[in-house]
Amino acid sequence: MWRNLESARYFVATITVVISLAAWVERTCAETAVDFDRQRITITLANEPPNLNSMETMDQTSGFVLAHVMEGLLQYDARGELAAGVAERWELRADGATFWLRRNARWSDGKPVTAHDFVFAWRRIVTPATASHYAGILFPIKNAQRISRGELPPTAMGVHATDDFRLDVEFERPCPYFLGLTAYFIYDPVREDFFNSRGPRYAAEAGDMIYNGAFTISRWVHGARMTLQKNPHYWNRAQVHLQQIDIPYFAIDPVSAYNLFKNENIALTILETEGLDDALARGYPMTRHRTGAMFYFEFNQRAGRATANRALRKAIQALLDPESMASRVVGVPGLLATESMFPHYLRGVQRTFREEYPPPVPVRSVPAARAWLAQAQIEMGAPLPTLILLTREDPRAAREAEYLQQLLQKGLGLQLRIERQNTKQRYAKMARGEFDIVLTGWGPDYDDPMTFGDVFASWNENNRGQYRNPAYDRWVEIANATADQAQRMHAFAQMQQLLIDDAPILPTYENSKVYVQHPRLQGVAHSVFGVDPDLRYARVLPERSLQNATR
Amino acid sequence: MIRYLLRRFVSSLVTIWFIATATFFAMHLVPGDPLSNEKAVAPEIRRNLELRYGLDKPVLQQYGIFIGNMLRGDFGISYTQQNRRVNDIIREHFPVSASLGVLALVIATFGSILFGAVSARYRDRWPDISIMLAVIIGISVPGFVIAALAQWAILALNLQLGFTLLPVAGWGSFAHMLVPALVLGLGTMAYMTRLMRSSMLDVAHADYLRTARAKGLKPARIFFRHHLRNALLPVVTVLGPAVAAITTGGFVVELIFAIPGLGRYFVQAVQQLDYTVIMGTTVFYGAFLVLMVLVVDVLYGVLDPRVSVARTGGR
Repeated sequence: MWRNLESARYFVATITVVISLAAWVERTCAETAVDFDRQRITITLANEPPNLNSMETMDQTSGFVLAHVMEGLLQYDARGELAAGVAERWELRADGATFWLRRNARWSDGKPVTAHDFVFAWRRIVTPATASHYAGILFPIKNAQRISRGELPPTAMGVHATDDFRLDVEFERPCPYFLGLTAYFIYDPVREDFFNSRGPRYAAEAGDMIYNGAFTISRWVHGARMTLQKNPHYWNRAQVHLQQIDIPYFAIDPVSAYNLFKNENIALTILETEGLDDALARGYPMTRHRTGAMFYFEFNQRAGRATANRALRKAIQALLDPESMASRVVGVPGLLATESMFPHYLRGVQRTFREEYPPPVPVRSVPAARAWLAQAQIEMGAPLPTLILLTREDPRAAREAEYLQQLLQKGLGLQLRIERQNTKQRYAKMARGEFDIVLTGWGPDYDDPMTFGDVFASWNENNRGQYRNPAYDRWVEIANATADQAQRMHAFAQMQQLLIDDAPILPTYENSKVYVQHPRLQGVAHSVFGVDPDLRYARVLPERSLQNATR
Repeated sequence: MIRYLLRRFVSSLVTIWFIATATFFAMHLVPGDPLSNEKAVAPEIRRNLELRYGLDKPVLQQYGIFIGNMLRGDFGISYTQQNRRVNDIIREHFPVSASLGVLALVIATFGSILFGAVSARYRDRWPDISIMLAVIIGISVPGFVIAALAQWAILALNLQLGFTLLPVAGWGSFAHMLVPALVLGLGTMAYMTRLMRSSMLDVAHADYLRTARAKGLKPARIFFRHHLRNALLPVVTVLGPAVAAITTGGFVVELIFAIPGLGRYFVQAVQQLDYTVIMGTTVFYGAFLVLMVLVVDVLYGVLDPRVSVARTGGR
């Protein structure tokens, strides 16, 4: 009897272990990359969105989530083209714009999105007490900058709701790119009554936010998980196929994210150079996308810096070949080597700006570089000091910095000291001018060459090298003063020319990202000014797993 | 005893105040500021931001405000997550780090007792040599390498099996904790194994063991009741610092396995110069460490009657 009891115990124990193991497997398998029946996908983000309050936020992760749960007057569609959003039609003038809102645009509680929701958000952004980082993006609107300085009350802003569905905007100065601005998340509507009911906790949790985009946030466990659910009140819901986007991981380490992809836990992820060969060998489907950001070396032209000397900058320009930088040094597929600060996709009058005004190519040879260097030495007298190159801490930046170091040493006998700094310390050193050369970049804020052009105006805080050229400033002012695109593009062409002649910066490449993507996930869009990746129009195709597709 | 505890409590408060003050000024001495970003902002926006965060005031005044708020138990609002209070961040994410840490500690303790005992029992024979080799690896290989290798091994196993036996990353079930906890506890386990082994060898020559053998007790009984039990004490004494080290040192594991622990927020706060989160987490971790040391000191007396806390305490 005792023996039987003992074996019965063993039996029960074994069953328990088997059941719990099965439950375990069941649970951990629940996170599948794609699910056709439920039209559900799983993805990862590097971080949880730090701040989903569209009026104050500024980072990419928050921008990604906001683009999926909110919608502005206009938006970027699946092809990356500007399209109707909450506004169904609009009129752009030299002195302002009018937007007519669609009557079926609704918040996630069913109430209509009205012109007042835009007026409330925009006024609040430029209110000094809000202290919004990106308030400057609203400065084309009349009086916005003066409100931000505290000189005028927020009600003086040039934006008015003529009725519930008509929004009138007055400009401070001509703004031919204003339509593109309204697609940017900072221009999203916020409903006053809801915002006031949440106060400082607005957008801190899933329930502290109200949505008017393709999805809503149905669940948010800080740091651990976020779930986006299709918004049944979204006016364009017929075009949205995915029912759910699950984000059960915030994996900041790209290798971890790639491992999750290989384990079929997530449907897509960005590949770093380290994962590229492996993904190629496994035959995973890949897509690449140009992010629109420009990378370049910037020279410090403050008094007393050797790099304030134009001949020295020209000598380095004559050595640095963007092509070998993009293809040999960095080696991410899809990088576009460039001579110009103005990227290839910017629109000109008829075609792209770059097709209308191809950038001049500087003379590039070792003898030319040495001739410039000889001139620099005559002009400066004293022997050239060791130059300081300020750069980021990541492996890619290290490769780029070492490449320049070698180039200067071999080609010109110049010594370059590489100084790697963590983000905030690097910004501080850039702002204070503690560098000779800095490896940096610029991403566009709106769809117009001005987003790149005015960076080097003498008054711009982002002109870290303090390049000062009255001729350059004048061209920026001319382009700012008119809505005539032919005149404006001519001005940008002059800026492009000056940036190559004076060499305050040495552009290297337009950045690119490579994604691995589950073969059953289709319709993922990537756009420079919209969101990347854009999952609003994505769908899951029926059966055919990643394993089958690759074997 | 009560007088001793009171004295220790006061000195703990002074320690925490010192940690807070040193961190506050060190943080302000680091170049860079929490408001700087990839894109510089117009001067008027910059001024509005400084006003909002009180950065327009002199540092000493900021320090006074900080100490005042700290005494009320309020660490303010994060710079990067502008609608989240630092107290909420600690409250929501410390339990994650703590539960991972406890599991890691359990694994480390039992593993080290087992391996330490085995290694001492088979001294200079192959089990001892192989365990000591593993210990050297465990101590000298950095955590991020072991974490990355462990993740790679899970992935290889899952792909081999054709289903997910162990999750590659993430949080939410016991299965998610298992490998990260093992990786997290590995360093401590290696260290404690060595301690256990030498403690076992020390005890091996004790008089009471010779007596036990002379009495003709069974070897198994001698080993478990007399040898192992007495060798455990030194291992128990390092548990306190080990708890603190494991619960606070998990950020690499948290990053690689995408675990929403406090360590990750702490490290990112330092990188982002998120002043309020840096202060909140440092003071919290500091207080936690001080508390752990106090608890262990009190436990000494309970575990080993030869140590009298009340009389020798404070030295």
